[in-house]
Amino acid sequence: MSEFKIVGKPIPRHDAWSKVTGDLKYADDFSLPGMLFAKVLRSQYPAAKIIFINTGKAEQLDGVRAVLTAKDVPHNETVTKFGQSTEVGKGFEGLYRVLAEKKVRFMGEAVALVAAETEEIAEKALDLIEVKYEPLPGIFDPLEAIKPGAYLVGENNTNIIGEFGCHQGDIEKGFAQADIIVENTYKVPFVDHAYLEPEAGISWIDDYGILTIRVSTQVIEHFRDVADVLGLPHNKVRYIGTMMGGGFGGKEDITVETYLALLTWKTKKPVRLVYTREESILCHSKRHPFVMKYKVGAEKDGKLVALDAELISDAGAYPYLSLWVTLYATVNAAGPYCIPNVKVRAHCVLTNNTFTSANRGFGAPQPNFAYESIMDELSHKLNIDPLEIRRRNCLTTGKALATTGQVFKTYVALPEVAEKAWKALGESTECKKDEDRKIGRGLAIGLMSYGRMTFLHDSSRCYVRLESDGSVLIRSGIPDLGGGQISLLCQIVAEELGVPMSQVKIYHSDTALTPLAGTTTATRQTYMSGNATLKAAREIRNRILNKAAEILNVNQDKLDIINEGVLVNYDPSQYVPLVEVIKACNADGIELFYEAQFNAPFTITPDLSNIKGITFPDFTFGAQAVEIAVDTETGQVEILKLTTCYDAGKAINPLSVEGQMEGGSIYGMGYALTEEVIMEKGITMTPSFAEYIIPTAVDVPDVKAILVESGGGLGPYGAKGIGEPSCSIIAPAILNAIYDAIGVRIKSLPATPEKIIRALKKDYFKK
Amino acid sequence: MEEHRVELTVNDEKISAVAKAEESLLKFLRRNGFSEVKCGCEKGECGTCTVILNKKAVKSCIVLALQANHKEVWTVKGMEKLELGRKLQESFVNYGAIQCGFCTPGMILTAKDYMDKNPIPDRKEIKKAISGNLCRCTGYKKIVDAIYDVAVENYKLEGEIYV
Repeated sequence: MSEFKIVGKPIPRHDAWSKVTGDLKYADDFSLPGMLFAKVLRSQYPAAKIIFINTGKAEQLDGVRAVLTAKDVPHNETVTKFGQSTEVGKGFEGLYRVLAEKKVRFMGEAVALVAAETEEIAEKALDLIEVKYEPLPGIFDPLEAIKPGAYLVGENNTNIIGEFGCHQGDIEKGFAQADIIVENTYKVPFVDHAYLEPEAGISWIDDYGILTIRVSTQVIEHFRDVADVLGLPHNKVRYIGTMMGGGFGGKEDITVETYLALLTWKTKKPVRLVYTREESILCHSKRHPFVMKYKVGAEKDGKLVALDAELISDAGAYPYLSLWVTLYATVNAAGPYCIPNVKVRAHCVLTNNTFTSANRGFGAPQPNFAYESIMDELSHKLNIDPLEIRRRNCLTTGKALATTGQVFKTYVALPEVAEKAWKALGESTECKKDEDRKIGRGLAIGLMSYGRMTFLHDSSRCYVRLESDGSVLIRSGIPDLGGGQISLLCQIVAEELGVPMSQVKIYHSDTALTPLAGTTTATRQTYMSGNATLKAAREIRNRILNKAAEILNVNQDKLDIINEGVLVNYDPSQYVPLVEVIKACNADGIELFYEAQFNAPFTITPDLSNIKGITFPDFTFGAQAVEIAVDTETGQVEILKLTTCYDAGKAINPLSVEGQMEGGSIYGMGYALTEEVIMEKGITMTPSFAEYIIPTAVDVPDVKAILVESGGGLGPYGAKGIGEPSCSIIAPAILNAIYDAIGVRIKSLPATPEKIIRALKKDYFKK
Repeated sequence: MEEHRVELTVNDEKISAVAKAEESLLKFLRRNGFSEVKCGCEKGECGTCTVILNKKAVKSCIVLALQANHKEVWTVKGMEKLELGRKLQESFVNYGAIQCGFCTPGMILTAKDYMDKNPIPDRKEIKKAISGNLCRCTGYKKIVDAIYDVAVENYKLEGEIYV
């Protein structure tokens, strides 16, 4: 194909108008006649024995239709999955318990469910359920939980649920070679996704007895898990995914669906369940806190020679995706650097804190904060410019990832992105000598995979059909969490079939009617579903071109489809309208529909104690830089400039890619400065947006997004994934800038004004 | 719970319905089919439920339905009928200011109300005006771009009037 007409253009997304007019129906905007309202009774204790549950009074309340506890759940214990259809084993599929039984493990754990005629009655019924608890001591610090003899969160004889390792070279020899060694422990907190749409869904039984759930989810493949809980055949449960009001990984695990399914199955009535904001913050997964012990050795010229990292992740009360996240962190632990001698060990530990699972970045932001803080420290100690030290050590095309040895066969945009981000900060902002406001700059680089771990054998499917009037229909199971995942498929099809976006209609996220496209997680949809869609569209394109070649009597490779017509590219006057070609195809019985499957590269599950070789299809590389002002009186940090530069391979819609880069930066800025779900002995102290502080419009700079398009990605037209990588690097850039401004190094996120003031005073005392 | 009849106009159309004494305007509107008014926190913290009540942007979760009696409410659905509203919608679409879209209705109404009073704000004023409306997806840049573009257009129009 010659030039792009639709791909690569900053065009409005297919869903933009329906959102701006308020026409789009989110999960909570849908109701059915006779629908019941559900509420969930949640544990007030982070660790306790359940002595008894008495639901009698609640059941007798007028208007209550069902009260369910663990004993009413056909299969209360299954395993957590996230859409994969391959068996992976090795402990990845942890316990999924629908309702607490015998013991509660975290505050907010679901204990009982109610369905009633009104929300008010359902709430009242919750108050009438009697639960007798016997509080247990619990354990809340993963460093304590890892010790032998610690309080046991679950039923196993250890709190450790996973161990991972990577070894390359000879670590002792490496450190012996070093002229300088930096050793630090870094800590990162619990983080909430804070999507603005709380978890919501509605369920009903259709005319043929199919349990149908319309829900805000990143993973419609959970229909299988719900079926397993109810003991139903998989084809008797149907998910209809709604456009999400944000996901960020928080809608990757099952949220409301199992509860809805159980209540609808019991009452045979439609049921709606919507979490309150408080319930959302208390009860859905969090980003993993990590304690990261790092030791890095370098030679005088800044050349890295050894890295030793020990990571401990807090899984909270149930495993969910903790093992996966910890594996990601292990693979990411040495960052985008060439280091000959590496040793990484990671432990994933249960505690009685709220469970942790996927959160945008999935194990990448945590180690990134650690290794980029160290790189900055090395740059200061060795008196090498922060960009230069990264230049001397960064991965380049053909080099191998320091942890696993995976070789980068596609273009590695380092140090290119770092140079561009750093340079784009421009002239320094002036500040007066005696002012309390100190200016500083920071840089960080990083990498993150796009596409799932290769041993999950990931695939995506898409169906495309060309109608007789030249309009196009797509069917794809793809969920859209707001990133424009769906619109992207429309753009690809419009490009390939030479029709405007307005001629393309997509039906999406329905497990009964759309081919399964896999999860909207792992920054995989551009890559996976983009490729599946491209494959389907190209097949139909070829059939059209083939027929048109006959009609025009020219070679097929001389033809192009533009503006709903097929033309000869060296002589556009030789032209046949698309509808005429379609007519001819239909007359000859040529099928103008196609369902394609795209498979990612498949590997076997690695040895987890020493992960080697290919674990991910490919990586996205980026760099972020900031200029900040620190008020030394108040500890307040203001971001003056923020630049972000990524190699997106090919930006299929530059508006969407920039949107990810801008939004990702600010998501990461919250991580750096304000966001922490504070848990005191398992009790969440920040259950609202008044306490859990995400950035507002006045807190943010105008992010400058610089797009590199190397064309080197594995996605359609050379695209790479951008959603998660875009948020994973900014925190250390900001903290490095704080050091540059005031000479104190904060080693735990977030860098709140309190921490900064305290750190400053400590330094004053030293003087 | 005590119930009262509430009569009001929503997007220039008369509505008459019963509201419970303690019912928020947000719940009342959503219950009566105005699902474009989003519910993000019900505590006045996120701004997704913003509507314009008698020419003032309010968070409808912390206003009682009864307080809207005999008043005029605008939701994002009504913006198509108003010049500034329509312009803001178009600009949000063209600038890619919408990702998940959950904050969009509230954001547009806040911007519309503010620009009715200050038609040519600068970027800083825009940021301040929308600071009560949270957005988790965009990082605000494209939202500010979209609103600012309407301000620039207003400026140009004003120029034409005076020249």
